[in-house]
Amino acid sequence: MKLAETVEKLNLKVVTGEENLGAEVTGGYTSDLLSDVIANSKEGNLWITLQTHQNIIAVAKLKDLSGIIIVNNRQPDEDTLQKAKEENVPILISEEMAYEVSGKLYELISS
Amino acid sequence: MMMSDKNELSHHFEINGGDFSNAGRISTSIKEILQEIGIDSSIIVRAAIASYEAEMNVVMYAQRGVFTLNITPEKLLLNLEDEGPGIENIDLAMKEGFSTATDEMREMGFGAGMGLPNIKKNADKFDISSIPGKGTSLKITICLDRTERK
Ligand SMILES: Nc1ncnc2c1ncn2[C@@H]1O[C@H](COP(=O)(O)OP(=O)(O)OP(=O)(O)O)[C@@H](O)[C@H]1O
Ligand SMILES: [Mg+2]
Repeated sequence: MKLAETVEKLNLKVVTGEENLGAEVTGGYTSDLLSDVIANSKEGNLWITLQTHQNIIAVAKLKDLSGIIIVNNRQPDEDTLQKAKEENVPILISEEMAYEVSGKLYELISS
Repeated sequence: MMMSDKNELSHHFEINGGDFSNAGRISTSIKEILQEIGIDSSIIVRAAIASYEAEMNVVMYAQRGVFTLNITPEKLLLNLEDEGPGIENIDLAMKEGFSTATDEMREMGFGAGMGLPNIKKNADKFDISSIPGKGTSLKITICLDRTERK
């Protein structure tokens, strides 16, 4: 499934990485621990997290994730946005909790 | 970049402790270098994970570190020497879940105590040594030759 379709179906707000919405989403990975995400996420995964600081960008970049969904309507820090733009990493904001976003993404991808 | 004898490519990187704004730069550069020379993507993922964790530990715990990537036809060698507090008990530090990260780091999602175990899992050979009060040294080997891989 394309990132653009995920954005629409999950009602996400695109804050960076608009140009990468054509990327393929291979699944999701929900975690707030960076070492866990680095170790266990897979290429093309959408990362669901409540972390908003700049270090999330390097993790997404290193693992070739399709984007980061920040949950609970939390807003990314200014330097996070800056880095995301430099590295072309899509940051998407959801008003829902990680549980709901993960459940909906799972449904979407597996259906 | 330096070219030494016997087809060996060597790259050096320096990291400063506490520099969270540049954290991840070295592992990103290493990944790009490996992609440019056409290394297998499954190897690149392992090198990226190992170098990220090694880099983050210098940022989180040490004062400064020097990272060297050597590429030979047979293997990738990642060496990291840091100046810092060192590790008192290496067996304990290697245990999954052991961490001395501060509350502030934990809030950022660091401190799961997974970094060193992740390095070990992704390396074909991993040596760690440390002198408390002076620093820590990591030697990570990832084989390019399939027959020698674990
Ligand atoms: N370069 C280093 N210098 C000093 N101490 C270190 C260094 N690397 C690791 N340590 C010590 O070993 C512990 C375990 O390291 P490890 O990378 O496995 O986990 P962590 O850094 O605490 O958490 P995580 O990597 O999951 O974010 C650290 O908490 C720290 O006490
Ligand atoms: Mg660590």
